[in-house]
Amino acid sequence: MADNLLEIKGLKIEATVYPPGEKAHDITIVEDVCLKLKPGKVMGLIGESGAGKSTIGLSAMAYGRGGVRITGGEVFLNGRDIMKENAAGLRKLRGKEVTYVAQSAAAAFNPALRLMDQVIEATLLHGVASRSEAEERAVDLFRALGLPDPENIGRRFPHQVSGGQLQRVMTAMALCPHPDLIVFDEPTTALDVTTQIDVLAAIKNAIRLTGVAALYITHDLAVVAQISDEILVLRNGNMVEQGTVKQIIESPVEDYTKELVSAHKIPHEEKKPTDNPVLRVQNVSAAYGGMVEVLSDISVDIHPGQTLAVVGESGSGKSTLARVVTGLLPPIKGRITFDGADLPKALASRNLDELRELQMIYQMADVAMNPRQTVGTIIGRPLELYFGMRGAEKRARVAELLDQIEMGDGYIDRYPAELSGGQKQRVCIARSLAAKPKLIICDEVTSALDPLVADGILKLLLDLQKKEDVAYLFITHDLATVKAIADSIAVMYQGKLVRYGSKTDVLTPPFDDYTDLLLSSVPEMKLGWLEEVTEHRKMESAGH
Amino acid sequence: MFTRIPISAIIGLFLTGGFLFVAISAPLIAPYGMAEIVGDVWEPFSGEFWLGTDSLGRDLLSRMIFGARTTIFIAAAATALSFTMGAILGFTAAVTGGWVDQLMSRGVDLLMSIPTLIFALVVLSVLPVTLLTLIVVMGVLDSTRVYRLSRAVAVDINVMDYVEAARLRGEKLGWIIFREILPNALSPLVAELGLRFIFAVLFLSALSFLGLGVQPPEADWGGMVKENKDGIIFGIPAALIPAFAISALAISVNLVADWILNRTSDLKGGRGDG
Repeated sequence: MADNLLEIKGLKIEATVYPPGEKAHDITIVEDVCLKLKPGKVMGLIGESGAGKSTIGLSAMAYGRGGVRITGGEVFLNGRDIMKENAAGLRKLRGKEVTYVAQSAAAAFNPALRLMDQVIEATLLHGVASRSEAEERAVDLFRALGLPDPENIGRRFPHQVSGGQLQRVMTAMALCPHPDLIVFDEPTTALDVTTQIDVLAAIKNAIRLTGVAALYITHDLAVVAQISDEILVLRNGNMVEQGTVKQIIESPVEDYTKELVSAHKIPHEEKKPTDNPVLRVQNVSAAYGGMVEVLSDISVDIHPGQTLAVVGESGSGKSTLARVVTGLLPPIKGRITFDGADLPKALASRNLDELRELQMIYQMADVAMNPRQTVGTIIGRPLELYFGMRGAEKRARVAELLDQIEMGDGYIDRYPAELSGGQKQRVCIARSLAAKPKLIICDEVTSALDPLVADGILKLLLDLQKKEDVAYLFITHDLATVKAIADSIAVMYQGKLVRYGSKTDVLTPPFDDYTDLLLSSVPEMKLGWLEEVTEHRKMESAGH
Repeated sequence: MFTRIPISAIIGLFLTGGFLFVAISAPLIAPYGMAEIVGDVWEPFSGEFWLGTDSLGRDLLSRMIFGARTTIFIAAAATALSFTMGAILGFTAAVTGGWVDQLMSRGVDLLMSIPTLIFALVVLSVLPVTLLTLIVVMGVLDSTRVYRLSRAVAVDINVMDYVEAARLRGEKLGWIIFREILPNALSPLVAELGLRFIFAVLFLSALSFLGLGVQPPEADWGGMVKENKDGIIFGIPAALIPAFAISALAISVNLVADWILNRTSDLKGGRGDG
């Protein structure tokens, strides 16, 4: 046992749930999970939401979050069972032997304190080092993590650094007290893909330099493949498969792991552009409050029954483009034609038929549906509004639509709260389909979903495109999705169109700088990808 | 849903129900007529007059029962008016935005800057005091508070994607307000309804006490305190009984409102962390 830093045996975790309209009862979140971690090694915990990966990660600190109870099993850290420790014993352990890096750095920092005070707080509390020693170490860590101006960055407040930098500062905070183990809880999930790669490289470098062991929690297999030595695949609180990274991604045994590895491999044939685009955006510029221009001179075409994918990082103006097309934000310059005719710029001046032909699906299906309406009402309303359907006729059509989204009419009287994330998004798809539109704007529709669920949604969208001949304006930051479903691609950066054309053209070199950066930042599911890319970039910047 | 009602809410529900029953069936259960002089001035409690008689020799119990009817009716009507007006205007302001919102919100600010009681006194001393004017004045003045609450709630809901989706679908203002926003704003409004009702009871009682509310010989609790207040010097409790009724009603409705507020802002039922 002595050679294992962390050993979890037969872990069982339970929680009490209070479902609306039912009696409170206990459910098991995690059952019979075992893992062993040697000093200096990194283990990736991977699974979809609800798999129990964060809960297991926190159990390494003998902590259960928000009403979660660890009810069985043993957790050995440095050879002793920390489940048996009392509060004082745990206090000594947390922040010294084990530290934690949270998903949302912006929410985890105290906005009123300077970064340095927060980074060295645990170190000082545990008496590991004096203030000046701790600050010195923090600066070293800032440097190792590739933060700009490492000597002075600690004097800034959290809002004065970017999201990616803040995530690295939090990693420095976790590394500062010389812990034996760090729990990383989805540290790069909230970041843009181009930032993610920097943070990943920094974390990997820091782990290598300090020799700390880590549990790395994520839902992205490609990310975990870059940073871990071993991978533990979880599903619904149970272990599915455990092995080295090589084993898992090259020769997975379990079906679920195979599905995870092959996610995003959707067959799709690129279609040729036609002569009559359904939507034509010409030289459109838009601004918020008439002052700050967030879109400048954008021209794109969408062809009937085809998909235009708009990609870019946050702040690139891709969602603004959607708002301009829908009329929520009338453009200050340019022209939008729909099906050959000019589309009125403002929402209020469009007629019902123009509204019907252009539907939208949102990123967060939870808030895109009125929680007080049943699925039947939600899908039925467009039928009522656009086609005047009532009563049995409407109900029959709703059932038909539910069939089309592979859910069945049993859901017709359910409320959104009673549906899973994927089902919610399906209902939103059915709602827009009910209008028989020519174009559907999909604003990051799969970003909030687990990879396999997202794949299901993408397949459904492509299926429906074939059957209904509807065009999609697909907004996303996820290039893997784009590769899977697009016919043409528009790459946006800071409100400008940097590259636009058919999928093959856009994805074929030579690239412009930004597209190159974006494309090369998408994690690939192979060993050593991270090193390859960082090495390549170093060479390029040296060459300039 | 109603499995675990706290004891305080049960007491509140029971008392509120009792008051309502008395108010509705007043002519059936009152032993004497409302303005009927049946005995001497300020007679003590007796088998004939359970709560004694008032300053003119009318049966106090009968007047209390009829008073409950008047007080609760006026307060309820005023509350209903203030909610209909305040909520609809507040939602409209939130959904429409722009200068409509500015105009209405500043108008409400103006109205609220004048102390309600003084404003009501001025208006009621100019207008003839009838049941209708009383209800309208109370309702309009109270609707400013409801307006602010419903506008604040609706502004939050208005930015939800499902409201935007409704707009993109081409829904009219009416649908957005009554079908998208109202159902989701209902729980804070229902809780506020209870509190507003109590304030209406207190407000009406204050007006009547000052002689500008319900006019004699009509009975209402505030007016009865005024009629009998001189008796206190002689150790006659006739003024304290309607005063006690006012506070009992206020407390019991409050208990119910508290419970509803607690229930709707309950944090349990959220999903656990994965």
